[in-house]
Amino acid sequence: MPTPDDYAGQRPAWCPGCGNFQILTAIKQALVELKLMPHQVLFVSGIGQSSKLPHYMRCNTFNGLHGRTLPVATGARLANHELVVVAVAGDGDCYGEGGNHLIHAIRRNIDITLLVHNNQIYGLTKGQASPTSDTGMVTKLQPHGVVLSPFNPIAFAVSLNAGFVARSFSGDVQHLTEMIKDGINHRGFAMIDILQPCATFNKLNTYAWYRDRVYKLADHDPQDRRTAFEKALEWGERIPIGVIYKNERSTFEQEIPSLKRGSLVKQDTGYSFDRLLKEFY
Amino acid sequence: MDYTIKIGGEAGQGLQTIGYILTKILVRDGHHIFANQDYESRIRGGHNFFQLRFSDRQVFSPSESVDIIVALDKASIREHRKELTSEGMVLYDSKSIGERYEAPLFLDVPMQELAVKMGGSKVMMNTVAVGAVLGMLDYEFSLLEDIIRTTFKKKGSEMIEGNLRAGRAGYDYAKRGCQKCNFVISSKERTKKMLISGNEALALGAISAGCKFISAYPMTPSTGIITYLAAKADEFGLVAEQAEDEIAAINMALGASFAGVRAMTATSGGGFCLMTEGVSLAGMTETPLVIVLAQRPGPATGLPTRTEQGELFFALYAGHGEFPRAIFAPGTAEEAFYIIQKAFNLAEKYQTVVFVMSDQHLADSYWSVEGLDFKRIEVKRALLRDDEVGDDYKRHKITDTGVSPRAIPGQSGRTVVVTDSDEHDEEGHIIEDALTRRAMVEKRMRKLRGIASEISMPSVYGSKEPEILLIGWGSTYGAIRETVEVLNERGTKASMLHFNEIWPFPHSIAETIKSADRTFTVENNYTAQLRRLIRMETGIDCSGSITRYDGRPFTSAEILRRIEDADS
Repeated sequence: MPTPDDYAGQRPAWCPGCGNFQILTAIKQALVELKLMPHQVLFVSGIGQSSKLPHYMRCNTFNGLHGRTLPVATGARLANHELVVVAVAGDGDCYGEGGNHLIHAIRRNIDITLLVHNNQIYGLTKGQASPTSDTGMVTKLQPHGVVLSPFNPIAFAVSLNAGFVARSFSGDVQHLTEMIKDGINHRGFAMIDILQPCATFNKLNTYAWYRDRVYKLADHDPQDRRTAFEKALEWGERIPIGVIYKNERSTFEQEIPSLKRGSLVKQDTGYSFDRLLKEFY
Repeated sequence: MDYTIKIGGEAGQGLQTIGYILTKILVRDGHHIFANQDYESRIRGGHNFFQLRFSDRQVFSPSESVDIIVALDKASIREHRKELTSEGMVLYDSKSIGERYEAPLFLDVPMQELAVKMGGSKVMMNTVAVGAVLGMLDYEFSLLEDIIRTTFKKKGSEMIEGNLRAGRAGYDYAKRGCQKCNFVISSKERTKKMLISGNEALALGAISAGCKFISAYPMTPSTGIITYLAAKADEFGLVAEQAEDEIAAINMALGASFAGVRAMTATSGGGFCLMTEGVSLAGMTETPLVIVLAQRPGPATGLPTRTEQGELFFALYAGHGEFPRAIFAPGTAEEAFYIIQKAFNLAEKYQTVVFVMSDQHLADSYWSVEGLDFKRIEVKRALLRDDEVGDDYKRHKITDTGVSPRAIPGQSGRTVVVTDSDEHDEEGHIIEDALTRRAMVEKRMRKLRGIASEISMPSVYGSKEPEILLIGWGSTYGAIRETVEVLNERGTKASMLHFNEIWPFPHSIAETIKSADRTFTVENNYTAQLRRLIRMETGIDCSGSITRYDGRPFTSAEILRRIEDADS
């Protein structure tokens, strides 16, 4: 049985009060409760404060480039689909730089759990607008306020018929732990948008701001795509958290014939090439 | 005997099918073949051609003179008539192209009419054309019969019989009608050969090397590689994934490689531009990766379906920061098959990027090959066994060679494998301190010494004491080699130096370059990149460079003219 100690890593270099601390706690808790050992899990991350997370725990880690979390995770999962693959990204990484990859990871429905630390601001580069920043938010780089409309990741994912779409809040570790467990247990692509305050740069979307607005979904059927879409559009005074949408469509891995014989890393290469050569004569 | 047949027409008219079937027939009958393709970036219309050369000795490049033109449109006659040899002939169908030309140079065969009448469909015009060419050559018809029977096996006997009648009709018509045809097929003993293109050879080589994963985004002229691998994926246990863009393609391949399988990607210049951040990531995370860079003329979209060697320096410097890499540049399909296997072995052993440079001319051309040996290059995996990993595994352990023993995620026990695009310590975690940074840069760069020790010398062909030394890399191999043959036949001592493994630069070749009276690089680019590389690495400047940047491949005739120009 794994314990949180098995997942103990380096001391985080995040700002005091950062929502990332709670996300880290929830992730470790979820993995322990799922009885997964560190060597069975691969964390893939990109660039951003969120992407440093795998360094602060103990797990297989590929900390790659900004925005490229999902392609790396996809390749790794296809090479070894016995690994539990978790992609960790921020709103800039995943909804900005890597937006195209998100579209296609959802379309592939590959069995990866994506955790998006969504603090509605750029932390690593010191406080510029992110794709999810509210319109009007003033930053040093947007002195007249953000003009662009905020990206709605939940509506986006539901519209693409994503396998599993949830929202949680770093301020509610217990809820977040459950969402992460559900996401990992879900067979197919699971996206969890995690609302997370940035204590240093986002003076608008604070703990209090989120606490006043988030509410846990009840009496919601996540299999109903229409009501899921309605919930996805809710933002402002009230923000729903919980599993917003899910379906059981087949995973990418299930659809690839060559993976039926086991993971690629375990398949040998001792083939006979005679038949192959004949085609060239 | 050295004949060239050119099939010209619009895209979509089936000229490639005619060319391919004819080539296959001649190869099966044991001829030496070289066939290249020239096409426009369009699916229908325009003017394209397929040119095949067959001979009783090895041929490696296109000829400028043509013996038979199969003209499916007027442009084929207008554009290529001047290329005909004194005994050359044009095969055409006056009714379908709507113009009559004067015999005897032109052989008018009602190909479309025969196709409909004998085969029952206009589509069979291709078969009529193949039959007609065989008739002109006074070749045995049975060879076409064999091909028809195997090609249409799945389509049923009606299809087979129809094509046989159509082919026979074209054959008989041409044989009877072509009084001027005077082609003599060499009676030299022949052995059956295989026919393979550059792209096919690279894909086959990848399978042979145990490649399990390719992710790529379609881009001419590289697409054939992933297409071939996709067709063989189920049988050979691999995944061929069409990525959403080239950035995803290289990152997926890196993810797969990190997880423990041999992985590759293939692209052309424009796509490779997007991949460069991934090249750098491979360098930093020390993840093995093979990249086929199939060049075409740039900048930007350039000439999408044509050939160029403009990206030697691009491959050499692609990716930010400093890290070791290797660059290979095969000159023929056969070389491509073996060299990509070496690329996989080196990429894995030294945990970095290895480039295999190709271009449209290499990718799309066909060569006859005596055979390919799947056992010649041993697959040398370089992974720790489960019992070797231990509890304190360090993915980026500092060693004398710079190579860290490699474990993969999920391997065993409590071991975890950590890597980072940030500078990192031996375990793979982010660091900032100067000492570790220095040690890590030096560790990575030390690998270059190991790679350099495995680089083969450029291949030398021709005179041992040359007056003229022609130096090339990649797909210019054939044209240079044939130029050297002609020069030596004419009494000028000449030889070729062909770099098929170009980086790390094989410095000991400097003596060979110095010893020649006159040296020219022959390159499909404007800036003579190989010449500059040689100067940069050895301090030797060649006497000149013969460059071509019109998107077309070199011929030996062109190189000879350019040498004469340099003399005058």
